[in-house]
Amino acid sequence: MANVMGLVALACGIIIGLGAIGACIGVAWMGGKYLEASARQPELMNALQIKMFVLAGLIDAAYLIGVGMALLFAFVNPFAVVG
Amino acid sequence: MATENEAQGPNASDYIKHHLVHFNSSGHKQEKLVDFHIINYDTVFYSASVGLIAVLLMAIAARKATSGVPGRFQSMVEMLFEMVADQAKSLIHSRESRKFVAPLGLTVFMWILFMNAMDFLPVDLLPRIWSDLVGPVFGIDPHHAYQRVVPTADLNGTLGMSIGVLLVTLYYNVKIKGLGGFAHELIAAPFGDKWFLAPFNFALTMIEFLAKTVSHGMRLFGNMFAGELIFMLIALLGAAWTGPNAGSIALWLAGVVAGSAWAIFHIMVILLQAFIFMMLTLVYVGQAHEGH
Repeated sequence: MANVMGLVALACGIIIGLGAIGACIGVAWMGGKYLEASARQPELMNALQIKMFVLAGLIDAAYLIGVGMALLFAFVNPFAVVG
Repeated sequence: MATENEAQGPNASDYIKHHLVHFNSSGHKQEKLVDFHIINYDTVFYSASVGLIAVLLMAIAARKATSGVPGRFQSMVEMLFEMVADQAKSLIHSRESRKFVAPLGLTVFMWILFMNAMDFLPVDLLPRIWSDLVGPVFGIDPHHAYQRVVPTADLNGTLGMSIGVLLVTLYYNVKIKGLGGFAHELIAAPFGDKWFLAPFNFALTMIEFLAKTVSHGMRLFGNMFAGELIFMLIALLGAAWTGPNAGSIALWLAGVVAGSAWAIFHIMVILLQAFIFMMLTLVYVGQAHEGH
């Protein structure tokens, strides 16, 4: 039981950590591109900004689904019944 | 945000666990991961009442709208309205569908925004009112009086909404392309119209629908659940009160600062999530209008 809990804790850490790396790289990359693009064509800034926020939300989604699942494992822990 | 709660339950883990149980029809914690016999009364109640508030607010705005100089409230609603109308115009090309889908988008946006904004109430305010004041009236034991106030932090709520969007897209698929056209698209869509490709096309289309719907609901749920949980964790800083000593006061102050900071950041999150849910609703309905 304690073993299972420990493994679940490790898994939660890995889910959140790796997800955060991916989401941060993605958002940073896109933000950088947005800045480049709006420096090149400032008149497109508003149109691009909306698209950038939507995409930021989409990039965040996979990570936040991961966080949700990890927190679910941490507090509800469906594996505890099995273990 | 979360500093109103002193003497809490036995320990941190119990506190969080208590706050993650819904007030449902079984009267105790849901044991199985999926159980369709249980209805979460709190999610139903808060989503319905918050939705009613949102609808009333918009109705008042529409009723009081003048063609003269608009007040602050009217300008705000007009900006919102124009924002949704612009997005709908760029994503859905059929004028007739827009008559239904653009108001749908605005309703979804307002509703989700208001449901998400329930996060800004102190985490213990409504659960405490329920367990100490209202619950006993209905004969509910205060120690087993559960309440969760953010309907979008319940997977059932968000998946319910995304399945609603799925039904709307299916309706428009059938309406625009006809039953035969839609059925043909199901087996001919991504790879091409060849009889031996039909099973693969069909499987991929089903996966596409499933992935869209699940990620649509899970995205909102993940954001709001994580946000709510962080509010609870911040509340624990104040819950560690042991008396007027230096450590407790420092923790309490840390709780105030952290709670305010997170709440301010959370304003952006709830707006963004409501906006994204609305945008994706429009995008999915717009996709239903496009033939392959």
